[in-house]
Amino acid sequence: MSSATTPPDSDPSGRRRVHSMLKLYYGLNEEGTAAEQAESLDPCDINGPHFDPEVYLNKLRKECSLGELMDHESCMVKQIRSLDSDMQTLVYENYNKFISATDTIRKMKNDFKKMEDEMDCLSANMAAITEFSARISGTLQDQHAQITKLSGVHTLLRKLQFLFELPARLNKCLELQAYAQAVSAHRRARCVLQQYSHMPSFRGIQDDCHVIMEQLAQQLRQKFRDGGSSAKDLSECVELLLQLDEPAEELCDKFLSHAQSRLEADLQGLEAELKDSAVTDTGRGSVQKTSPGSNPVSPSSSSVSNPFLSPTAGTDILEFIDRGCNEFVSSLCLVIASYQELFINRPQEGELASKNIPEMANGKLHVFVDTLAARYFSLVERRIQEEKGVGDNSLLVRALDRFHRRLQAITKLLPGSAVPSHGTEIVVRAARERIKQYLSALQTFYHDSLTDVRQALAAPRLAVGGASASGGGVTSKDATPSLPELLTSLSNFILNQLKSVLASVHLFTAKDITFSNKPYFKGEFCSQGVREGLVVSFIKFICQSSRQYCESAGDRGGSTPPALLLLLSRLCLDYETSTISYILTLTDEQFLVQHHTPVTPVTALCAEAREAAQKLLNHYVKVQGLIISQMLRKSVETRDWVNTIEPRNVRAVMKRVVEDTTSIDVQVGLLYEEGVRKAHSSDSSKRTFSVYSSSRQQIRYAPSYTPSAPMDTNLLSNIHKLFSERIDIFSPVEFNKVSVLTGIIKISLKTFLECVRLRTFGRYGLQQIQVDCHYLQMYLWRFVSDENLVHFLLDEIVGSAAHRCLDPSPMEQSVIEVICERG
Amino acid sequence: MDDDAPVIYGLEFQARALTAQTAETDAIRFLVGTQSLKFDNQIHIIDFDDENNMINKSVLLHDAGEMWHISGSPADKAVLTTCYSKTSESRVLTCAAVWRMPPEWESGSHESPDDSSNNPQTLELLCHLDNTTHGSVACVLWEPLGDGKRVISLAENHVLLWDLQESSTKATISSTATLEGKGQLKFTAGKWSPHHNSTQLATANDTAIRGWDLRSMSQIYCIENAHGQLVRDLDFNPNKQYYLASCGDDCKVKFWDVRHINEPVKCLEEHSHWVWSVRYNHSHDQLLLTGSSDSRVILSNMVSISSEPFGHLVDDDDLSDNEESQQEDKGKEPLQDSIIATYEEHEDSVYAVEWSAADPWLFASLSYDGRLVINRVPRALKYHILL
Repeated sequence: MSSATTPPDSDPSGRRRVHSMLKLYYGLNEEGTAAEQAESLDPCDINGPHFDPEVYLNKLRKECSLGELMDHESCMVKQIRSLDSDMQTLVYENYNKFISATDTIRKMKNDFKKMEDEMDCLSANMAAITEFSARISGTLQDQHAQITKLSGVHTLLRKLQFLFELPARLNKCLELQAYAQAVSAHRRARCVLQQYSHMPSFRGIQDDCHVIMEQLAQQLRQKFRDGGSSAKDLSECVELLLQLDEPAEELCDKFLSHAQSRLEADLQGLEAELKDSAVTDTGRGSVQKTSPGSNPVSPSSSSVSNPFLSPTAGTDILEFIDRGCNEFVSSLCLVIASYQELFINRPQEGELASKNIPEMANGKLHVFVDTLAARYFSLVERRIQEEKGVGDNSLLVRALDRFHRRLQAITKLLPGSAVPSHGTEIVVRAARERIKQYLSALQTFYHDSLTDVRQALAAPRLAVGGASASGGGVTSKDATPSLPELLTSLSNFILNQLKSVLASVHLFTAKDITFSNKPYFKGEFCSQGVREGLVVSFIKFICQSSRQYCESAGDRGGSTPPALLLLLSRLCLDYETSTISYILTLTDEQFLVQHHTPVTPVTALCAEAREAAQKLLNHYVKVQGLIISQMLRKSVETRDWVNTIEPRNVRAVMKRVVEDTTSIDVQVGLLYEEGVRKAHSSDSSKRTFSVYSSSRQQIRYAPSYTPSAPMDTNLLSNIHKLFSERIDIFSPVEFNKVSVLTGIIKISLKTFLECVRLRTFGRYGLQQIQVDCHYLQMYLWRFVSDENLVHFLLDEIVGSAAHRCLDPSPMEQSVIEVICERG
Repeated sequence: MDDDAPVIYGLEFQARALTAQTAETDAIRFLVGTQSLKFDNQIHIIDFDDENNMINKSVLLHDAGEMWHISGSPADKAVLTTCYSKTSESRVLTCAAVWRMPPEWESGSHESPDDSSNNPQTLELLCHLDNTTHGSVACVLWEPLGDGKRVISLAENHVLLWDLQESSTKATISSTATLEGKGQLKFTAGKWSPHHNSTQLATANDTAIRGWDLRSMSQIYCIENAHGQLVRDLDFNPNKQYYLASCGDDCKVKFWDVRHINEPVKCLEEHSHWVWSVRYNHSHDQLLLTGSSDSRVILSNMVSISSEPFGHLVDDDDLSDNEESQQEDKGKEPLQDSIIATYEEHEDSVYAVEWSAADPWLFASLSYDGRLVINRVPRALKYHILL
């Protein structure tokens, strides 16, 4: 019944109670006992220690129904049964364990008894051993000390023997040239000898050693000095010498001076070559052939390198640089490398470390390299300066490239050295020089072309075979070259030459050239050097030389053929319109010029070219005008106008003037456009003629022809002048045919006028002038832009002639016309 | 103030010959010789009244022929020479003569100019510089600063030195020199140097300028091709003895140092036609006057090759003349060579320009149509030079 009353959750607490009881049994004081105690205060707790069956039963009876009680009861029975079985199992288990433990203890008791006996035996034995051992040590003590001493003496003796044998050994080493062994042996003995040097015998040894080592050092030095020794030998030598306390500085110096002598030999070889190439002796080839063997100065190395030296022709610059690189630069690099190996980069040990050798050695090396390189550079520069011919630039560029490239090795070896930058400077200088040479070559070429053109102009009727050879194709056919042909060929020549020069110069900036990426070659070379120094200077030169043609020729009596002036003028004009911008664009494109510095703008150059063109054309007008003027002047001055006969013909000189003007017209027309005329002048000569005659009519009725009215002498011409524009005779002309011809005719007619005014005329003199002027009028009007100009000037001439006439009776207009038409 | 405006005087005839009356230092007076084949030629005496800006003229008849050159005696203001052409037997010959102006011309002319033009007095012939053996005379030169006793005439290729005796009524050739050479050589112009005791002469023929020593009558220098074309005129710098200006048909004016004749010292190219006349100012040799057949007269300021390249050294006489502006103490910077002015009053070729002998700031120019223009140096420049 009571089990039925137990709540379901009471089961675990019951189990725990069992555990705690077991624990209690085994003396385990579990935590949480306090809680258990609190729990167990409840008398109804079936697992608690204060359980009161009565209270519990009462409580159950009071609280539970019968069914529940029944259930509780059955549950309780079940629990009691399981507890019983548990209890039994535990008892059995413990019992078995207890039995086996008892057995074990009994067995152990027996075994321990046996062991105790054995232990007793052992301790007895040990005591005996201890006793014996003590006895032995006591007896052996003396002998041990003696042995130790003896062995010490032995060692010392061996050392002494080494010392005594040292001189002999060193000598032997010396004989065998086993320097390294000798040095190491000596090093070992050195301290001892030093320490005991106060004892005479040791002293003797030391002295002997010193002598021997001195000898050895001598030999080493000798070897060091000897040229034939290999680099490895050398380094060994240096190492040994350093170990022998040889002063490092001295060694450096020696090493360097030794290297210098060899490098000098290289340099001398180069210099000799330079001199040889400078001497343009015909027997030079044979001299050079014999020189390597016979020349005592020539170093041994030069005979090795002689295959490089071509004995027949002067070596070109590439070969020269090649030789310089192969001999001098590479041996210099070698020297630097081995030197650094020896003095600078070696691991520092012992007392050597304290002397700060690398720094000193480095300083020496720099000085050494700088001096030698300076000499080398001066040689190279001399050689480069000899490179005057501008034919093949690639050779020079390649040589410079090689030169520059090889110097990079020095940069790698000797990072702080100024040598490569000096080398770059040389390259830069060479490039500058080159540009100058090209400029002068271009200028010479330009002059030559002009001379050719001049010849072609001067001898147009001659066979052109001879001229064409020098003119380089100015003319290849039998016919004389016309002006336009000359112009195009000239301008093509110049352009092609300029292009080829640009191409040559462009080599300097090629990608595969080492120095092309230097800042100079990227910037200044392109903009200042090529663009300004070469192209712009050349264009300026063209303009300037053109201007010179104007100035020098003007005073010294027209040494320049007028056609050349015309041609040059057109050339300059073409330059202004297109060529300059084309050339500069070409340059900028080829050289990717970045204008860091201000450069001459295209417009300035164009302006200059235009100015030159204008000047040339003006000068052309002046020269041509002068030629015609001279004819007219001579014709007026030399004639006796008072006593001339009645005019029957136009004077030959006038025909000549018209002819010349016509030929000038043709000449100018070849190169320049027609130009603009005043509107009415496009009419036929008939019409113009009538205009002319009407103006003549006016003159004829003018008071100036009637002697009775002195006060009105100049009235008409003055009024005329008042209303006409002032005519500037030598005024600038425009770039067209009409303007040029107008200028020439103006000059000629003005001269005519001034000359007429200086003469006195008879009646027929005046009439002749009338005829001449009419003739000029008939033919000249068509050349000028404004025919009124011709009218005006011719009127002036006739008017002035009338004034200067002793018996002014003009010829009938119809008669004049008849004479003129007759020719 | 229209002081700077030009004063224009018109002659009825064409004219080439112009000279200042050299001996006259008080009045501003120019002589113009006309050139007419049909009428009686005249010498116009142009008096310029500076204060009233007016011109008074007197006319003297010169009936010997048309005048090509005229030159006044430096000693006697009434004496002058002319070169005139004479036509005889269909032959034109240019002769030279010494004349004296009639004493009355001055008194009568001012009061009644109309009378004098209507009834002009005639020049009194003193003597002919007989040149029948030497050909046409190009010009006659008086000895500068001399006593009016010596003249030189250039006839064709001869230099003739004349002594005038008995009050200039008799002329005898004292020495001659002849230019020898190929072709027909002819002097076109000449100038008697005022330096070296008046012993030097410069002549022009064709494109060459030659110097002569009058003591030995031999050539001392020759500037071949001095100009590209004919040399038209010469003038000596009055203050620098070796300096010479020349002009010619190449439109240029060139300055020469006769000690270095290979290159001109300076070259001006301002005219657009032949330059016919060049004149140094007598006092301020930086002022240079040129006349050209482009109808222009150009006044240039050639400071750099003048005797006063750094400005004028203070001169008391000049200052007292210009008291109103002497107080100004301007900081002067050296003037540059420049064109001061281009005068375009002429409409025909200008063949002669001349500075006044009396007023150094005044000059006249003559064009072929008979127009005489009197101009002044611009006031600003004048003060700049003076102060």
